Amino acid sequence: MAELTLVQAIQDGLRTALQQDSRVVVLGEDVGKNGGVFRATEGLWKEFGDERVIDTPLAEAGIVGAAIGMAVNGLRPVAEIQFMGFIYPAFEQIITHAARLRTRTQGQRPASIVIRAPYGGGIRAPELHSDSTESLLVHTPGLKVVAPSTPYDAKGLLLAAIRDPDPVIYLEPMKLYRSVRQEVPAEDYEIPLGQARQVRKGDDLTVLTWGAMVPMVEKVAATWEQRGVYWDVLDLRSIYPLDEEAIICSVRKTGRVLIVHEAPKTGGVGAELTALIQEHAFLWLEAPITRVTGYDVPVPMFALEDDFRPNQGRIHQAAEKLIAF
Amino acid sequence: MLQQMDQVDIQLLRSDGSLTDEGRPIWDSISIEMKLHFHRWMVLARTFDRRSVILQRQGRIGTYAPLEGQEAAQVGSALALDREDWIFPTYREHGVAMIAGMPLDRILLYWMGRVEGNIAPEGVRVLPPYVPIATQLPQAMGAAWAAKLKGESSVTVAYFGDGATSEGDFHEALNFAGVFRLPCVFFCQNNHYAISVPFSRQSATPTVAEKSRAYNLPGVRVDGNDVLAVYHVMQEAVRRARRGEGATLIEAVTYRKGSHTTADDATRYREEEEVTDWVERRDPLTRLESLLIQEGLLTAGQVEECHDRCREEVDSAWKKAAKAEAPPPSHLFAHVYATLPAELKRQRAETEGRSYG
Repeated sequence: MAELTLVQAIQDGLRTALQQDSRVVVLGEDVGKNGGVFRATEGLWKEFGDERVIDTPLAEAGIVGAAIGMAVNGLRPVAEIQFMGFIYPAFEQIITHAARLRTRTQGQRPASIVIRAPYGGGIRAPELHSDSTESLLVHTPGLKVVAPSTPYDAKGLLLAAIRDPDPVIYLEPMKLYRSVRQEVPAEDYEIPLGQARQVRKGDDLTVLTWGAMVPMVEKVAATWEQRGVYWDVLDLRSIYPLDEEAIICSVRKTGRVLIVHEAPKTGGVGAELTALIQEHAFLWLEAPITRVTGYDVPVPMFALEDDFRPNQGRIHQAAEKLIAF
Repeated sequence: MLQQMDQVDIQLLRSDGSLTDEGRPIWDSISIEMKLHFHRWMVLARTFDRRSVILQRQGRIGTYAPLEGQEAAQVGSALALDREDWIFPTYREHGVAMIAGMPLDRILLYWMGRVEGNIAPEGVRVLPPYVPIATQLPQAMGAAWAAKLKGESSVTVAYFGDGATSEGDFHEALNFAGVFRLPCVFFCQNNHYAISVPFSRQSATPTVAEKSRAYNLPGVRVDGNDVLAVYHVMQEAVRRARRGEGATLIEAVTYRKGSHTTADDATRYREEEEVTDWVERRDPLTRLESLLIQEGLLTAGQVEECHDRCREEVDSAWKKAAKAEAPPPSHLFAHVYATLPAELKRQRAETEGRSYG
C-alpha cells in the first residue's frame, strides 16, 4: 500500500473513477496539461487524453453549467473549481439548477455531478482564495456536501461522491493537501456519504469538526488525555447529510459538546448542529453547547489569517470552560 | 427602430404572403405534409396560448407567459429537429415543447403550479422551462458536449430571448461552444423587449447575430415571423452541427404580441403604432395561411376547420389537466434526493400527520 498525501489520494481517486467508468470526465481550469494548480489531476491528462480530462476556459458558471448538461446527457462529470473563493459565479448554476434538477424533473434527469473545490485557509493563499462557505451549500436542499480530512477518506469519499446519484460538493482542505501521509489502498473502495469518522473515543467531551480542523482538535485532545480527560472526537466528513446517529449517541454519552469549524460563526453549520442536538439530546446536556469558529468577518488577507482561524489555544480554552461548567 | 429591425439576412415569405425569389425553390422543395405541419402547429400553439391567457384570467392557472406572435419562430425551429435532439427551453416555448412531444395537458399542469408538468414522456428530450435568464445556455452546451464526447449525432438547442444576451451565461456558453466546436444551436427569439426594456438597452450592437463573430460561430438573422425561413436556417444549423462543424447562433426577429406575462402590462412601455404594425402587418400565421390558400393547399374552409380542431384539442387537454388528482403534501419530498436523509424523513412524516425518529 502506498503512503499518499491527501492531494495524491484525490488524484488516485480520480484515476480510479476514470478507469472504472467511461462516463466520468474531469473538467475545469488548468486540470489538463498543468495537472491542476495543486496537482490534484497530475498525470491524468496524459493518461486519459483531452476528452476525459478537459482544460476549460476560465468560467465557473460555464464549467458547472456544462457539467449539469453533460450529466443530463449521460456523463458523470467531476468539475473542479480552482478555489472555493471563486465558486460564486457558479452559484446560480449550483443552487438554481444542480440542486433542483432532480425535483424539477421528478427524478427523470438528476444532476449527478461532483464539484470539487479546495477550501479554507492556512496556506497563505492570496486574498479571496480561502473561504469556507459550506453552510451556503448545506442550506440548499438537493445538494450533498462532504469534506475529507485524511488521505484514506479523501479517495473513498471521492469515489462515493462520483457514484452518488445526487450532486455532491466535495470540499478539499487546502491546509491538509500535503501535511499528512497515510497508507491508501490502490484498489477501489468507497467511504459512504453521511457517515462520520470516530477520530478518538472518550466519555468526557464530544467534539464535532471536519476538514482542516480535525488534526488541530486531535492535538488538543491528546494534551487533555494526559490530564485524564478523554474526548470523543467525530470528524463529520459529510456535512450534509449529517451522521445524526453518531452525533446524538456521542452527545448522550458525554453530555458536553464543542463544535469547531473554520467558517464564520453566524449561520454556520455549527448553529445547525447545535439545533440538532437541542432537538434530540437536550436532557443529556450538562453544559451549554460551545462553538469555536472563524470570526464573523470576511476571511482576512494572510497577515491576520492565524488570528481568524480557530487555533489550539481557543479550542483549549473553550474545552476548559465546558468541562468546568 | 422599426427599420432597423426590418433588416434581416433571410426572409423567404413576405408579410403579404408572397414568396421571395429565393423562397420559391425552397418552398417547392418542402413536402406538402410539412407545409401543413407548419400550419397545424402554429394554429395549435396560438389556440393553446389564447386559451391559457383566458384560463389565467379566470384564475384557473397561475401567471402565464404568452407566446402569441412567436409561433413561426417556435414552430419553424422545432420542426427542423429530430426526436434524438435535446431542447433547453425558456418559459415561453410551449409551441416548441408540444412539437417535441410534451402533451398539452402536461404543459398546462406546469402553469397550474404542478411540478409533474415537467415530466417528459419516454424519449422526449425536453428539459423543464428555465425560469432564470440564460442559465440554460451553458447546460445546453454541456449536453451537446456530452453528445460529441459519446460520439452521438444528437444536436442540442438552447432557446432564449434577447434579454438573455446581456447575461454572462450567454457569453460563457457561446465561448465554450466555439472553442470546443460543439453540436449546439443557440436560438434567440428577439421579441424586442425584456419585459419593458427594449433591445437597444440590452445591447450596444444592433443585432444579436453579429455577436457570433466574437465566438467564431456563424450568426444568422432571420425573419422570425416567416416560418419557412426559420425552418430553413434551423435545418442548415442542425445539419452543420451534425456534420461536426460546431454551433450556430440564430436570431429570429419576432414580436410578442402581448405582455411579458399575464402579470405585466405592455401598454406602459410600447408605442401603439409599433404594436399595430407587428400585429396587423406581420402576423406569422396570417402570412402562412394566405400562402397556403394562394397555393391551393388549403381552402378558407379547411383553415377554419383546422382552427376548430385545435380548439377541441386544447379543450380536451384542459379537461384532462383540470381533472388531475392533487398530489399529497408528502409529494414535496418525493424527488429531492435519490435517498431521503433522516431530517427529510421526519419532515415528510410531519406532512403525513405521523412522527418519525
